[in-house]
Amino acid sequence: MPQETRIQDVLTQEVISGEIAAAQDAYIESVAGGAPVRHHPPRDYPPYRSSLLRHPVQPLLAVGDPEAVELAGPVFGVTDVTDLDRDLTRQHGVEPLGERITVSGRVLDRDGRPVRGQLVEIWQANAAGRYAHQRDQHPAPLDPGFTGVGRCLTDDQGGYSFTTVKPGAYPWRNHVNAWRPAHIHFSLFGAAFVQRLITQMYFPGDPLFADDPILQSVTDSAARARLVAAYDHELSVPEWSLGYRWDIVLDGPAATWTEEGR
Amino acid sequence: MTGPVTPSQTIGPFYGYALPFPSGGDVAPAGHPEAVVVHGFVYDGAGQPVPDALLEFWQPAPDGSRSGRPGSLRRDPVTGGFLGRRSSDFTGFGRVATDADGHYEIRTLPPGGVPYIAVCVFARGLLHHLFTRAYLSEVSDPVLSALEPDRRSTLMAVADPDGAYRFDIRLQGERETVFLDFS
Repeated sequence: MPQETRIQDVLTQEVISGEIAAAQDAYIESVAGGAPVRHHPPRDYPPYRSSLLRHPVQPLLAVGDPEAVELAGPVFGVTDVTDLDRDLTRQHGVEPLGERITVSGRVLDRDGRPVRGQLVEIWQANAAGRYAHQRDQHPAPLDPGFTGVGRCLTDDQGGYSFTTVKPGAYPWRNHVNAWRPAHIHFSLFGAAFVQRLITQMYFPGDPLFADDPILQSVTDSAARARLVAAYDHELSVPEWSLGYRWDIVLDGPAATWTEEGR
Repeated sequence: MTGPVTPSQTIGPFYGYALPFPSGGDVAPAGHPEAVVVHGFVYDGAGQPVPDALLEFWQPAPDGSRSGRPGSLRRDPVTGGFLGRRSSDFTGFGRVATDADGHYEIRTLPPGGVPYIAVCVFARGLLHHLFTRAYLSEVSDPVLSALEPDRRSTLMAVADPDGAYRFDIRLQGERETVFLDFS
């Protein structure tokens, strides 16, 4: 424990922000030198300390087998969700505290086609920045009206919509005085298992973006911007809720791979 | 071609109320005589168990069908709780979180037409999920044949004396699991 404290003492935001800047510069230089644009974060991203021992060192094996079962994927249906699942403010006897919001958008594949009838799952901290989870020790209040879990199926246009409250920012122990910007976790399925995606949606204008090693692990600035929802006044409901729009594009196989059987 | 895809982010440590569901590892119908257990540990680069990984499994039905079935998360509209899968529907999909000691376990039916179960690994600290495969038998296959024997062995689920298949996942280091890239 004393040693751990000492390590954390020297691991300041300044050190982490310096590493974030260095990784960003190296990426920009690599693209200028002809390297491809990288949409996803590298799995080896030292500013996020937990990645150090949890990424493979060996190169991934490229699989081009058109018979791979990963080119099909699990399906979900009306029995997998209930009508209340998309409204995170109505899952308990009392309403949660916080700023009521809706988050809506479309799930598309890489060619811009809607992903229909697929499962979207979300989870988030409450308005005070606390998860309903035993291991979250942040001394912010739990909310008896909020678990922070939602589910829905996409409609025929690939659309999804959730009603919830805006999550709070919260501290974590990557380094001293580390704070996560407010975010909602999203889990998504496409037509193929290879389109699987788990990611995080952020809120526009958050001052914590620049110092957060998880968001900044997406070293491409245009790709990073795609993780930030837009405030959309058209989606705000008078005297009820503020509206955010966030569209999601799943990576995955070329179009020809998913045509069959769909 | 790569379009403006949405980047991956880590699953983090707090997905517990959202993603795991009761009977998530019971892919096989209850009491099915041909059910097999696939189990193992997830380890990090220091050889320590990973207690906060989430594993997903996808496979064809025993008859080789790859269309899947809805109902893995079948719900009770009265209480909002989980009912478990219908025994008549093989959904092909399983999801389990690792225990505090890094162990996971699923009960499934042997996949039809292929010797493997597809596995997707999520974990705190892992910024982008990883795909691998648990091979229940070693037959000629484009993935296995592309690998040297020592690397190939990391994809082989080994039958325990009691008939369960042991498949460990090593994210890094000695005997690191072979992970797959479909892009």
